[in-house]
Amino acid sequence: MAAAASHQQQHRHPKRRRLALSLSLSLSLSLSFSPSPAPAAAPPLDTLADELLFLVLDRVAQADPRALKSFALASRACHAAESRHRRTLRPLRADLLPAALARYPCATHLDLSLCARVPDAALASALVSGPSSCPSALRAVDLSRSRGFGAAGVAALAPSCPGLADLDLSNGVDLGDAAAAEVARAKGLRRLSLARWKPLTDMGVGCVAVGCAELRELSLKWCLGVSDLGIQLLALKCRKLTRLDLSYTMITKDSFPAITKLPNLQQLTLVGCIGIDDDALGSLDKECSKSLQVLDMSQCQNITDVGVSSMLKSVPNLLELDLSYCCPVTPSMVRSLQKIPKLRTLKLEGCKFMTDGLKAIGTSCVSLRELSLSKCSGVTDTELSFAVSRLKNLLKLDITCCRNITDVSLAALTSSFTSLISLRMESCSRVSSGALQLIGKHCSHLEELDLTDSDLDDEGLKALARCSELLGLKIGICLKISDEGLTHIGRSCPKLRDIDLYRCGGLSDDGIIQIAQGCPMLESINLSYCTEITDRSLISLSKCAKLNTLEIRGCPRVSSIGLSK
Amino acid sequence: MEGRMTSLEATMKASSTMASSMARNADPDQQTLRSNSVEQFYFPRPGQSLPGIPPFFGPPSSSLYLPNDNEAKFGNQFESNPSQNTDWDPQAIVSNLTFLEQKIKQVKDIVQSMNNRENQVAGGSSELAAKQQLITADLTSIIIQLISTAGSLLPSMKNPLLSSNPAVRQLGNTLGSPMGFGMNANQRPSVDSKTDIPDTGKTSDYDELMNSLNTAQDERDELIKCPNPCGGEGSEPTPMEDHDVKESDDGGEGENLPPGSYVVLQLEKEEILAPHTHFCLICGKGFKRDANLRMHMRGHGDEYKTPAALAKPTKDSGADHAPVTRYSCPFVGCKRNKEHKKFQPLKTILCVKNHYKRSHCDKSYTCSRCNTKKFSVIADLKTHEKHCGRDKWLCSCGTTFSRKDKLFGHVALFQGHTPALPMEDVKVSEASEQPHDSEPMNEMARSMVYSFPSSSSDGISNLDMKMADDVRGYFSPLSFDPCFGALDDFTRPGFDISENPFSFLPSGSCSYGQQNGDS
Repeated sequence: MAAAASHQQQHRHPKRRRLALSLSLSLSLSLSFSPSPAPAAAPPLDTLADELLFLVLDRVAQADPRALKSFALASRACHAAESRHRRTLRPLRADLLPAALARYPCATHLDLSLCARVPDAALASALVSGPSSCPSALRAVDLSRSRGFGAAGVAALAPSCPGLADLDLSNGVDLGDAAAAEVARAKGLRRLSLARWKPLTDMGVGCVAVGCAELRELSLKWCLGVSDLGIQLLALKCRKLTRLDLSYTMITKDSFPAITKLPNLQQLTLVGCIGIDDDALGSLDKECSKSLQVLDMSQCQNITDVGVSSMLKSVPNLLELDLSYCCPVTPSMVRSLQKIPKLRTLKLEGCKFMTDGLKAIGTSCVSLRELSLSKCSGVTDTELSFAVSRLKNLLKLDITCCRNITDVSLAALTSSFTSLISLRMESCSRVSSGALQLIGKHCSHLEELDLTDSDLDDEGLKALARCSELLGLKIGICLKISDEGLTHIGRSCPKLRDIDLYRCGGLSDDGIIQIAQGCPMLESINLSYCTEITDRSLISLSKCAKLNTLEIRGCPRVSSIGLSK
Repeated sequence: MEGRMTSLEATMKASSTMASSMARNADPDQQTLRSNSVEQFYFPRPGQSLPGIPPFFGPPSSSLYLPNDNEAKFGNQFESNPSQNTDWDPQAIVSNLTFLEQKIKQVKDIVQSMNNRENQVAGGSSELAAKQQLITADLTSIIIQLISTAGSLLPSMKNPLLSSNPAVRQLGNTLGSPMGFGMNANQRPSVDSKTDIPDTGKTSDYDELMNSLNTAQDERDELIKCPNPCGGEGSEPTPMEDHDVKESDDGGEGENLPPGSYVVLQLEKEEILAPHTHFCLICGKGFKRDANLRMHMRGHGDEYKTPAALAKPTKDSGADHAPVTRYSCPFVGCKRNKEHKKFQPLKTILCVKNHYKRSHCDKSYTCSRCNTKKFSVIADLKTHEKHCGRDKWLCSCGTTFSRKDKLFGHVALFQGHTPALPMEDVKVSEASEQPHDSEPMNEMARSMVYSFPSSSSDGISNLDMKMADDVRGYFSPLSFDPCFGALDDFTRPGFDISENPFSFLPSGSCSYGQQNGDS
């Protein structure tokens, strides 16, 4: 809080300047837009329609979020206009909530993610007795990172916000059925997250299911007390659900078919549902869910390739399938993937590939756009080469930690996928630096590249300079790279937002300065354990306005001078 | 019983299902249970006692609880003359016969008066019917009295004597036939229509019975039994006859039902609601269970302390060829009443008792925990109390459920109903433990619920068996009528005592138990 306050203090003066600027901007706009030029006596803002003014303010906010604050300070009219314009509130402290809501009565989104502690009283006073003029504007409330409130606070929320449609109560580890019953009074809810409500039982879910019939998205992740009864009722009452997250719940085959039969369900997440087994998967009728597009069954330990094969007939329109850490990948299972011809994304992280499994992917899933094989065992050069030669549409490939693949695969890979957007091959330690140059030579459309812990050298970086679209580059633990290589990146990748230089011991300030100068859009940079880095780098990085994440662990030569900049 | 039925209909349904389930459970013991229950209802109906009956036939309650002169006399005799165990008491016989004489005279008078009135008035049919009933009852009682008097003779005869003695057989004949004639003479069409067996069948049955009487080992038993089939029109050998008579007492409305394969019996309200079913023949104290009576009897003398006397009466085999008997509720308009168009008979006396209490009596037992649920059968209350407060699964409509899945089924069925949290604060704090904590609790409760009733019902059935068998030792099966109950009271001791005071209980019980079994 104190830091934030000082931050505000710091910016007082620039704000003034910006205030003048924005005011003049809006004035000129008002003059140019208004049909008859306003007389000098009348306040110029009054002549401007709210809609137009808001358009202007939207532009201003887009350019510089802080400018709005300055604008509000310019005059009463500006203040009023700004308070009417603002839609999203993100108070820093819960006790500011009543004031904030009074100040911005038209706010529709209330984000309390910065308030670690939101007592019941604050919620109640803010929402019930606070802005009596317009109590109903709030449509979205995010309490996902807040604690300290209970059923009483939730009870205050529902009646005072009749238009509430989006409620995020994730991580309410102390909230239970009583709070859920209060949530259920918000009849218009469309999106609701009750993740990690550990005391929640079927009773609470039942209340929500009956009360919030309009629900489109619901998350019950980690609600360990919820069982089939509640989920069955949910499937019965909330027919409009499109997204459902039941990760780590105790759902079994008793309610699984009911869930999949939801007519509008598009996305179903079942991460770590140990109650889902082959029986449950086999109990689905053929084509019982034509709407389902995304199915995540990662870490469901009790399913095997047989169950997956039997299930695939039920979801013919699936676009994304996640079977990470699930079951061994057998050729027969992969062949059954032919039943879902539209499949675009297949994630098989941590799976054990049986012989010819990967080859079967090449023959069966021709339409794949994204394939993840990270941490898979059994991925060999020959099979991967075969698969990539068939998957012509592939845009994203993840072969992290496939330690068996060598230059052979990479050659095949780069020659087939010239349009690749994303390539992740962290810890593919058997790929040589020469092969890594092929990436830059062939895949010039790359937007995301992860070469962490590889044999990359300056030549490779030079080749990567062709990838001008690069947004994210991870080249941590590449000990061979130096400032020279990084200079190529800095010169040719202006769109770079995210760069990871973790433990690149060969780097010094010059390389960082090149990046900082060449990549104005930089948002995140990791310089941990780059021991040569000094304050100069930080000073140069301070010019990247959008930088929001800076990691400088283990940089002994960085001092408070650099930090103060 | 889920204990959550609120509407009367539900309760009735519940009671009927419970009754039927009980009946099913009790099936092996059905005979004993039924007969036991029959015994239970030997309760006075004041309106039926004739004018001018001897004082000991007065209010039956007094006759039951305060032994009248005769009874006291017999009691004394019984206590003072244990040595006369092999002899029969001429005094008692004489007094019995005198009474019979009186009684016959009374009946004769009534019939005569009826005859006169019949000539005079044609319209007083109801009165006439009442009179007819009265006569029927009287005649029946006379017959029974005769039988029991004769029965009291029996113990004095040795078995070989009896078996070889045609006179005794004849006695059996004479005992039997007047009863049948009496019934028929009294024009009880109900009895006729009630039983499908034609007259020829009746006679053949009767002959068969007489044959068996001759060959039977326990002649006394058989002799007691023999009149019964006659009373029951030959179709049912033993205790059914009581009910037939009963039914005729009720007005002889026994209808032949479409299934036709069973006999419908109807007990009176007072009989159904009688608190005690076992009475001490010496002091008149009433008991619900025969075991308690046996314990009580120990105080009346050493002869009741023998292991044989204290033993649980054993149930005899041979219950296979029991006639099918069903029961009717005395409440007119009830579906369980035989006059109802869609009459559904009750299977056992116990069913009758429970049904009548549940459906036609005030619910006087209120659950002390919830103060809302009321029951007319105390067992229901106890069952409910086991679950009361456990109905934590509550719907917004106010309905409670003992099981969560039932609640969710209910919520799924009805639009707008939602699960309700009874005590929100408690719920919140407990919610986390619920899945873990409540399971063992529930398990325990369930096991208790399952194990306890079964054991208790076992116990009850055992007791009932004892009770059923035993009561026959104390109370003649013929003692259903107030007058004759009293009569019986005063004849029985003499008979039993004279037979064998030491084996009084077991022999009596055994014989009647066997009787049960045979029936």
